[in-house]
Amino acid sequence: MNVTVCVKQIPDPALPGELDPSTNALKRDGKLILDESDSYGVEMALQLVDKAGGGEVSLVSMAPNGEVSGLRTALAMGAAKAVLVSDPELAGSDSLTTAKVLAAAAQKLGQADLIIAGTESSDGYTGTVPEQMAAVLGLPSVTFAKSVEVDGDTLKVNRQTEDGYDEVTCSLPAVVSVTAGVVEPRYPSFKGIMAAKSKPVDTVTAADLGVTPVGWAGANQSITQVAQAPARQAGEVVEDDGEAHLKIVAFLENLKVI
Amino acid sequence: MAISNIWVFAQGNNGAPTTATLELLTKARTLGGSVTAFVAGDGAGIASTLGEYGAAKVYSTGDLGGNLPGVAVSAAMQEVINAGDAPDLVLFPQNYEGRDVMSRLSVALDRTVLTNNIDIAVDGESVSVTTPVFGGNTLVTTTFTGSGPFLAAFRPKSFPVEAGGAAAGEVVSAPVPDLGTVGSAKIVAVHVEESTGPKLDEAAVVVSGGRGLGEASKFEMVDQLAKLLKGAAGASRAIVDAGWVPYSMQVGQTGKVVKPNVYIAAGISGATQHMVGMKGSKHIIAINKDQEAPIFGIADLGIVGDVHKVMPKLIEALQAR
Repeated sequence: MNVTVCVKQIPDPALPGELDPSTNALKRDGKLILDESDSYGVEMALQLVDKAGGGEVSLVSMAPNGEVSGLRTALAMGAAKAVLVSDPELAGSDSLTTAKVLAAAAQKLGQADLIIAGTESSDGYTGTVPEQMAAVLGLPSVTFAKSVEVDGDTLKVNRQTEDGYDEVTCSLPAVVSVTAGVVEPRYPSFKGIMAAKSKPVDTVTAADLGVTPVGWAGANQSITQVAQAPARQAGEVVEDDGEAHLKIVAFLENLKVI
Repeated sequence: MAISNIWVFAQGNNGAPTTATLELLTKARTLGGSVTAFVAGDGAGIASTLGEYGAAKVYSTGDLGGNLPGVAVSAAMQEVINAGDAPDLVLFPQNYEGRDVMSRLSVALDRTVLTNNIDIAVDGESVSVTTPVFGGNTLVTTTFTGSGPFLAAFRPKSFPVEAGGAAAGEVVSAPVPDLGTVGSAKIVAVHVEESTGPKLDEAAVVVSGGRGLGEASKFEMVDQLAKLLKGAAGASRAIVDAGWVPYSMQVGQTGKVVKPNVYIAAGISGATQHMVGMKGSKHIIAINKDQEAPIFGIADLGIVGDVHKVMPKLIEALQAR
C-alpha cells in the first residue's frame, strides 16, 4: 500500500512568531523545521505500510526557499521520497491555493491508496487544507482521526467528536487528517538520518504543476489592519511560603465561589 | 451589490439548536441582510428557535443517514445555490463539522475561506473578519476581495446569544443529492465519553492541569479540586498529546475556548496555544513553580510554588469547610 503524507515545514514554534511588516503575513524566511503535528501522520503512514507488508511512504510539502530540513527529518523517519513545491510566487497563498498545489504534487507521485495530513498546522492553523485537498482530488475524507486501520479496501477510523468519538468507515483511496497523539512518532535513527541525505526530493514550481493563479493574486483577501489586543493586567504574584493555598481560599471566598 | 443574503451553518443537538448556531444567528441579524439557517440535519424541529434568534428561512437537509457532514451538507448547499439562491456570505462555527463543510464548499465554489475569527464587520459590499494571532496578543483584520460567497468561520463564544428575531422561519427542504464514492465516509457507531458535572465550555469554574503535574496520576488532584468547586476539569495540549487525558478536555487554540468566572491553571506555563483558549476568563488563578511562566502575566492571583504542595493543602482546606 502506498501512502502520501502532507508535511509542513514551519518556523520553530519555540521562537516568538512575527508578521512581515510589508505584507502582514507570517514570517517564514528563517530556518524551518518539521511541524510536530505532522510527525504523527508520518509515523501513522509508516505503520500502515509496514502492516500492509509492502509499498512506500511519500511526502509532499510546500515551503519557501527550497527548504528541505523538515522533509529530511520525515525521510529519516523512513519515508522514501518527496515532492517539494517551492516557488516565490506562492508567497501569500491562501488555504485553497495550498490545497490545489498539494493535490497536484500528490498526483505527480501517482495515485496513493491513502493521503494523510495533520488536522492543522502549528503556525497558521487554518485547519481546512486536508478536506479542501480531498475535494480537489474528488476523494472521500475523514478528518480528526484518532486511530486509523486499513482492512482490504476499507478504511476504519475513530473520529474525534465534541463529546467522544465516532467509528467511521470509508472506501479507499481517501484522505484522512490525524490528531496529535494518535501514535508515538519514532526518533530518526543515525542510519535513517544518513540514508535520508540521498533520498530523492523532486523540487517543482506551481507553474510546473499547472496551478494558477497563486500567492496573493489568488488568495482573494487582503489584510487591512493589524492591532494589539487590549492587554490583560497581571495581578498579585506571591511565593508559596507553605500557606499560599489560603490566599486562593480567600480569593474564592471574595468572589462568593465558595 | 450589498451583502443581502447571509447564511448560517446550523446544527441541532437534543432537539435544540447548538449554542454556536445561536451565537452566529445573533450576530448575523446585525449585519443588515436577510438571514437563513442552513441546518445539517432535521431543521423542522428547531425552526421555531432558529426564527426566534433571527433566521427568516430554514434550509433542512433532513437526517444525514450516517454521512459525515463535509461532503453531504456542502453538496446540499451547492444544489440550492445552483437552483438560484446564492448567499453573499456564509458563517460557520469553528468546529469539526463547520470546518469540513466550509472546506468542501470552498472548493466547489472556488472561493477562499477565513477561519478562527472572533469578529466580523460588513460595510456595503465589503466584509472584514478579525482573527487573534500570537496567543491573542495581536488582532489581524482581513477583508475578502473578489466576488462572494464569502466563507468565514468563527471561534465559539465570539458573540453573545440574544433572542430578538421573529416567528419561526419558513422551512425549505434541501436534501443531500446522490454523492457517489466521494461520499463513502459513513458513521457506523457513536461513542459518548461520559463525564459528570458541568460541561467544560459552560462551567462557571474550570480547573486545568498541565505538564507541571509531572505524571498522569497527579491529574486526580485537578479532578478533585474541580469537583469541590462544582466546576469542570480541563487540560493543556501538552498532557493531552502525552495521552494523560482525552482530547475533549483540551483548553486552547486547538481545543475548547472557555470563559468561566474562575479559571485555575495548575502546573501550566501558559503557552500561547493554551492562553488563546482561556484568557477571556473573568478571574484567573495560576499555580506554577517557575516565576517566569507567562501564565503569571495574565493571572489575577499567581502562586509561585509547587503544585504538589499547594494543591493538596487547597483541597484539604476546601474539604474542611
